[in-house]
Amino acid sequence: MSDVSFVRTEMLAEQAPPATSVGVVGWLRANLFSSWLNTILTIISLGFIWYILAGLIPWVFQSVWNANSLTECREIMAATWGKTHGHACWAVINERWLQLLYGFYPPYPITPEVNVGDSTGFLPAYLRPNLAMVLFLVAVAPVLYSDIVPRQLLIVTAAYPFLLPWLMWGGTIWAPIMVAAGLGIGYLGYRFLSPVIGALGGVILAILLPVIWWMFLSGAVAGAIDSVIPIGIAEVESRKFGGLMLAVLLGIVAIGVSLPIGIVLALGRQSDLLIVKGLCVGFIEFIRGVPLITLLFVASTLLNIFMPPGTNFDIILRVMIMMTLFAAAYMAEVIRGGLAALPKGQYEGADSLGLNYWQAQRLIIMPQALKISIPGIVSTFIGIFKDTTLVSIIGLLDPIGLSQGIRSNAAWNGIYWELFAFIALVFFVCCFSMSRYSMYLERKLRTDHR
Amino acid sequence: MTTITDPPKEQFRLSMLIYDTRYRSMTIQVVALIGFMLLAAWLINNTIQNLTELGKPVEFGFLVEPSSYDINQRLLEYTSRDTHLRASFLGLLNTLVVAVLGCITATVVGVLVGVLRLSNNWLIGRIMTVYVEMFRNVPVLLWIVLAMAILIESLPAPRAFRGEDATATMNLNDTVAVTNRGIYIPEPLFSRSLGDVHIFGQSSLRFDISLDLIAILIVLGASVFAMRRVAARANAVQEATGDRPTIWYIELGILFIPMIALLVALGFHLGYPELKGFNFKGGTHLRNSLIALWLALSLYTAAFIAEIVRGGILAISSGQTEAAAALGLRPGKIMRLVILPQALRVIIPPMISNYLNLTKNSSLAIAVGYMDITGTLGGITMNQTGRELECILMLMLCYLAISLSISAVMNWYNERVKLVER
Amino acid sequence: MKKSVFLGALTIAGLAAGAVAAGTLDDVKARGKLNCGVSTGLVGFAAPDANGEWTGFDVTVCRAVAAAVLNDASAVEFVPTTGKTRFTALASGEVDMLARNTTWTFSRDVDLKFEFVGVNYYDGQGFMVPKDLGVSSAKELDGATVCIQTGTTTELNLADFFRSNNISYEPVPIETNAEAQQQYLAGACDVYTTDASGLAATRATFESPGDHVLLPEIISKEPLGPLVRHGDNEWGDVVRWTLNAMITAEELGVTSANMGELAAGTNNPEINRLLGTEGTLGEMLGLDAEWAQRVLAVGGNYGEIFEKNIGESTPIGLARGLNAQWTDGGLLYSPPFR
Ligand SMILES: N[C@@H](CCC(=O)N[C@@H](CS)C(=O)NCC(=O)O)C(=O)O
Repeated sequence: MSDVSFVRTEMLAEQAPPATSVGVVGWLRANLFSSWLNTILTIISLGFIWYILAGLIPWVFQSVWNANSLTECREIMAATWGKTHGHACWAVINERWLQLLYGFYPPYPITPEVNVGDSTGFLPAYLRPNLAMVLFLVAVAPVLYSDIVPRQLLIVTAAYPFLLPWLMWGGTIWAPIMVAAGLGIGYLGYRFLSPVIGALGGVILAILLPVIWWMFLSGAVAGAIDSVIPIGIAEVESRKFGGLMLAVLLGIVAIGVSLPIGIVLALGRQSDLLIVKGLCVGFIEFIRGVPLITLLFVASTLLNIFMPPGTNFDIILRVMIMMTLFAAAYMAEVIRGGLAALPKGQYEGADSLGLNYWQAQRLIIMPQALKISIPGIVSTFIGIFKDTTLVSIIGLLDPIGLSQGIRSNAAWNGIYWELFAFIALVFFVCCFSMSRYSMYLERKLRTDHR
Repeated sequence: MTTITDPPKEQFRLSMLIYDTRYRSMTIQVVALIGFMLLAAWLINNTIQNLTELGKPVEFGFLVEPSSYDINQRLLEYTSRDTHLRASFLGLLNTLVVAVLGCITATVVGVLVGVLRLSNNWLIGRIMTVYVEMFRNVPVLLWIVLAMAILIESLPAPRAFRGEDATATMNLNDTVAVTNRGIYIPEPLFSRSLGDVHIFGQSSLRFDISLDLIAILIVLGASVFAMRRVAARANAVQEATGDRPTIWYIELGILFIPMIALLVALGFHLGYPELKGFNFKGGTHLRNSLIALWLALSLYTAAFIAEIVRGGILAISSGQTEAAAALGLRPGKIMRLVILPQALRVIIPPMISNYLNLTKNSSLAIAVGYMDITGTLGGITMNQTGRELECILMLMLCYLAISLSISAVMNWYNERVKLVER
Repeated sequence: MKKSVFLGALTIAGLAAGAVAAGTLDDVKARGKLNCGVSTGLVGFAAPDANGEWTGFDVTVCRAVAAAVLNDASAVEFVPTTGKTRFTALASGEVDMLARNTTWTFSRDVDLKFEFVGVNYYDGQGFMVPKDLGVSSAKELDGATVCIQTGTTTELNLADFFRSNNISYEPVPIETNAEAQQQYLAGACDVYTTDASGLAATRATFESPGDHVLLPEIISKEPLGPLVRHGDNEWGDVVRWTLNAMITAEELGVTSANMGELAAGTNNPEINRLLGTEGTLGEMLGLDAEWAQRVLAVGGNYGEIFEKNIGESTPIGLARGLNAQWTDGGLLYSPPFR
């Protein structure tokens, strides 16, 4: 009786899963029609999508690309499709896209005389802003992709703060070089004088010397050298800045300059020095408590009043200052988050090595805290970049400001959607890719910590 | 015994201010303070100097001068003869209106979208993702301007409702008119109204409070209180006997009967909009500047809230659900007692900071001509009087006050829900 | 990134801040460019054409000043300003002068500290409505929705007008003329009100101008003129007398056509003084003798400029009306060149 078994002893062959739960059908069932409710939702969504696309696709693709005015556009539409509604007039973008991207920045590559490539081409026209943009990417690459990009590129990062203003505003190359020289002077002063007058005196001198240099000498020296060896590019007034370029420039300057300020503020807020802490908290909470537009009002109406009589910053510079202060408060909070996320052991480890406060910050705390903060910094950048559109309210010509100008032009009076769609698309592409990058970084950092 | 010599008495040297850690922090603080005060003094000095040069000393007298301009959306009575201060006050109320409306809508939409993004319906999830990414990555100003343009360009003008061959008609049984000047909806009216109480006399901050509204709130409060008592009684009975008496109809009765009685007593009825002359008259007029701002702000903020809600729900590990189920809790209770309290702890703080952002972004009202405080105090008043310093200062203070109150709420909440650390 | 970002920005700040306000006249000469605030776009008064060239009645004033001071009518940087941004732009030194249909009022002159150098257009506030609304008087506008530019005198006049006539209205505040036009045409407001000249100019750009009428009421006085900052009289004089030169030239019959001939010398001493062949008026202004010739070379005398930009032969079609010479029963009256 031994071969009688009550349980099956051999395995059954695997059977194919039911046709309704694999492949396309299975996927559909699981994801779209799993229940009554889901089926209804799916059908509603499909209707919704169809409705949107049915309106959008003809509008986008059955459109007029070449015309000189809205009226002409409408004539073409009427002739081709018999109606003027439901078709886009991209001719306005075709005519003005360079303006929307660069404002009134002169298109010549370097100087007005050497006008290679007319204003309709991409390269070499607008060489300077384009180059500034490319260099920006090169400058941040070693920071953002520290594992792939060679560290030597950090030289570009260090030089960028001097290159950017020179490329954008032009003028003699000696001005930024002399400014950079100030740093060298400070360093040399510290190196050679501190043995003589003590460390403290050295530090004070290292701060004082460059300041004196910048305030009184650098301009004159730059002028003098320039008169001997004139190397320079044509100057461009800030008034000419506009379009997306202005938005990007404001964003870069605000974030770049606010980073060191933000670090100082974050450290101040964390410190146990009561007054310092109070000042930092006060500043941060004040800036974060008021809308950016009020700060821009300050830039447009009050900032000159706060300066010594007779000073006159131009409006773009004033906006940059206020945007920087604004960004600094947010940056401080991001960095504070980074500092708080560091395990306490890091601080204790630094202490146990006998490092003093600044050494610990410089060698142990900040490098790690900043690294954790990068996603937050990128998000702040996205926020600031989007907020640059507010400058249109105080009359600067960012893309929205320009679009108002274009609409007040008799030829394009009455055009709305095409301009908005284009501007929205440009912003979307920029912000979306940056936010993806920041998400990627976050994921990477999370695995780093495990 | 060796004599113990006193430790050498410390001589105070100037350098100790810097090298001695006991004094150093003091020194740094004093230097910081002096630096700050110097900076402040410098700025103030410059300002005074510049302003005297311009002949515009800082003074707030202009605030009590007649404003001479009209405001379209007025929550309180106001004419162009009222003061700038009152105009600002009305603006502040308008700011609060759009902020509150926006926060409510943003929360509803945001929570809905956040939950739907996790839906097991693939299509719904994708649509919601597209919505979130689209709104988050385009500047809010653009959305505001766009919303305004859509309202103005795609809706019919009141003119289209007129005449025999009207091309537009009112909706919902002739109670709602959707025009490109805004939406007119029925308004609640009381034929036997109790009137208003006027507070703050004739000052610029005078304020009318409708006694009808107060009566309604009192009755509502009393009803809710009574309902609670009934429920408590029911609980006590349940504790004692194990049977819960049926109380839902009592509760409903307590809620509705007094309210209906009150409304009848007050002569409650609806006033419907009607096309008269150039515009619709009667009803409540939601201007398109308000709608555009409200819609754009709430949809924009909702995209952020959706992400927060999604993150909050995802942060609660499924182990919690399973553990709760193992305790024998039913799904509804699992949600209410286990998941939500934990998720809310994660969700609420960033949510509040989004409310803060929404309120601050409402200052973009100026782009569509909505008369909020930026439009009145920081707009027309500043322009017509040329008192930039005073106006901007007051404007900032107003926003700061709003922000600080919101932060206070947030801190209070954080304090309440703080996990007690081991 | 390094701290040096900050320093970099600081230097530019330093460079830009360097210019300590000397006299505006010297500033302009040193810069070689006149910064002139104009409106964002009002056909006939100030609007860029397809090539980005600004033209118009107000623009000509800017060009004339540039011609007088810099000897180059094209050395002008036009800065578009809205009703709201214009005074900030002028006060902060962003522009050297405003020529932007701005009404001369007591408070702007005395309280906002600007100096109006004269009047180049005597205007008043009017109303424009679509013809099919069947309105023939502003008093019938009870309950109407009115588009109005913020930051203007017209905003205040409007409130006063409706208040004193005891009728109600719904204001729709708007930033620029272009937006107002859009809302008005879309029917988001029944009425557009601003300076009558602005209404005429706006209407001229409509697809069918005939469908819109200007109501007969003119509810305010709007003397429009160029203005400069208070306290720089030298510069104020240059702008003032540039304007006066255009007006006087018309009175004296000096036109762009006969100017060359008259500049050789005439037996009318005032013409000679104006054109610089006699006396030293130019020098007194800090300019040279031929300054007024250059002013007139830009677009001719006041009458010619008027006719060419906004006159009856243009689509805008404004009659001279109050803006005729005093000798013709108008209000234009330039102080003598003596
Ligand atoms: N004259 C009035 C109104 C001036 C005004 O804003 N005019 C309008 C219309 S006539 C204008 O120039 N708009 C052009 C623009 O929006 O830039 C004032 O000075 O306040």
